[in-house]
Amino acid sequence: MSIKGKAYIVGIYEHPTRLATDKTVPQLHAEVAAGALADAGLTKNDIDGYFCAAGDMTGLGQLSMADYLGLKTRHIDSTDVGGSSYILQVGHAAEVIALGKCDIALITLAGRPRAEGMATGTQTRAPERPMPESGFELPYGPATANMYAMAAMRHMYQYGTTSEQLAWIKVAASHHAQYNPHAMLKNVVTVEDVVGSPVIADPLHRLDCCVISDGGGAIIMAKPEIAKSLKRPLVKVIGAGEAPKHQMGGKVDLTYSAAVWSGPPAFAEAGVRPADIKYASIYDSFTITVLMQLEDLGFCEKGQGGRFVSDGNLIAGTGKLPFNTDGGGLCNNHPSNRGGLTKVLEAVRQLRGEAHPNVQVKNCDLALAHGTGGSLGTRHAGATVIMERE
Amino acid sequence: MAQAQDRKLAAPPVNFETQPFWDAAAQGKLLYKKCAACGEPHFYPRPFCPFCFSDKVEWQEASGRGTIYTYSVMRRAPVPYAIAYVTLAEGPTMMSNIVDCDLDAIKIGQAVKLVFKPSDSGPPVPMFAPA
Ligand SMILES: [Zn+2]
Repeated sequence: MSIKGKAYIVGIYEHPTRLATDKTVPQLHAEVAAGALADAGLTKNDIDGYFCAAGDMTGLGQLSMADYLGLKTRHIDSTDVGGSSYILQVGHAAEVIALGKCDIALITLAGRPRAEGMATGTQTRAPERPMPESGFELPYGPATANMYAMAAMRHMYQYGTTSEQLAWIKVAASHHAQYNPHAMLKNVVTVEDVVGSPVIADPLHRLDCCVISDGGGAIIMAKPEIAKSLKRPLVKVIGAGEAPKHQMGGKVDLTYSAAVWSGPPAFAEAGVRPADIKYASIYDSFTITVLMQLEDLGFCEKGQGGRFVSDGNLIAGTGKLPFNTDGGGLCNNHPSNRGGLTKVLEAVRQLRGEAHPNVQVKNCDLALAHGTGGSLGTRHAGATVIMERE
Repeated sequence: MAQAQDRKLAAPPVNFETQPFWDAAAQGKLLYKKCAACGEPHFYPRPFCPFCFSDKVEWQEASGRGTIYTYSVMRRAPVPYAIAYVTLAEGPTMMSNIVDCDLDAIKIGQAVKLVFKPSDSGPPVPMFAPA
């Protein structure tokens, strides 16, 4: 059984806030849900499936959110693998819609790390209760930035990737962000700007890192009959894949990501190849994240990512593979320290022809969204979704 | 030149599974586990083999020799420090810190040797310095 064409993305919404000093996290969840419902032309009581990553609230937060929103559903899913959760949840929602376990699914993301003054990338975040690895990692000061930095360092050593090549990824994102009125960083930057910005964790500079922002977003998915009764352009999910990657009992290899396992089944299910993709949303917690995922998804050969991203190849209008045309996590936003949901949103805008005219990909009928949740340096989950305009 | 300085280390959480590891650390020894069924060493140590799932795993003492697989110097910290993955001579690769060195001179592939640094009211923590 396949999910191909069994579920459509019928509603999307991205919260415009980037600093939510005056809103609670549940309130942000409610606002993005309302926004996506309005986009779809549906009402709250139409929803019969709810997806809310456990980490977006604490404890049994998803139940509190269902309560707060007043949802009565026949399917719930609180799968949480970090920032890629929402891409993975699109796949899961397609599965349950295909099975008839729900007809209209809502996915919400919300958070306010910026308002809470969180040093997202540079502080070690100890879990509430120790994980099995905690004793063997916490004393060494693993933060987010230095974990991804170790992956970048090894990639440079093994494949000759340079800081200038990584910088091109930020440059491309900034070219797109200039057209997004909500983007946190709207200024176009150069390779020199990126490599000249302060080093956070060698070899990653400040501008190799994503922004820290508040906000959120929501996605509504529905079965074909319902999607076709609504007034929005038809965007369907045609392939999905997911996989975790970890330290493999000490056989550590930081030169590739879980995309090597999540990508192939998604492409196979969709019946398309990387070269067919017109637009790609690629999780960009850091520049290295993008480079590694592009290689692992097969957009270029392993080790050639540096060359592939250079010279504006990711910039809409000039490059071969336009990516993150909203400015992505590198320039636009990274709500709740999780960039997966907004990756799906911009892919849907592209497929609908609703991206900013200056970055809209012509005849964009096939798009991919891919994310890495957790850490490239320790353990993470890759999630890939391929979508098509009907 | 940026000489690594000692910094305050969070005490590692210790439990029944890992008590022997930290008891050995207090004696200046680094332990890993090796599977008697499939022969694979693993790290971090578990009471079973993560490769074949056998419970015939035994503590082994590492020689303390290793090479740097990768590293990164965290500059944005009160005391800059070098986090790394070190591949032990015995095979497994473990997360650690590179200490007692010039942070700007660390290289992938560099030979390192085991040292221990005190943690904040916990057992000493295995780290590595240039060999
Ligand atoms: Zn074994």
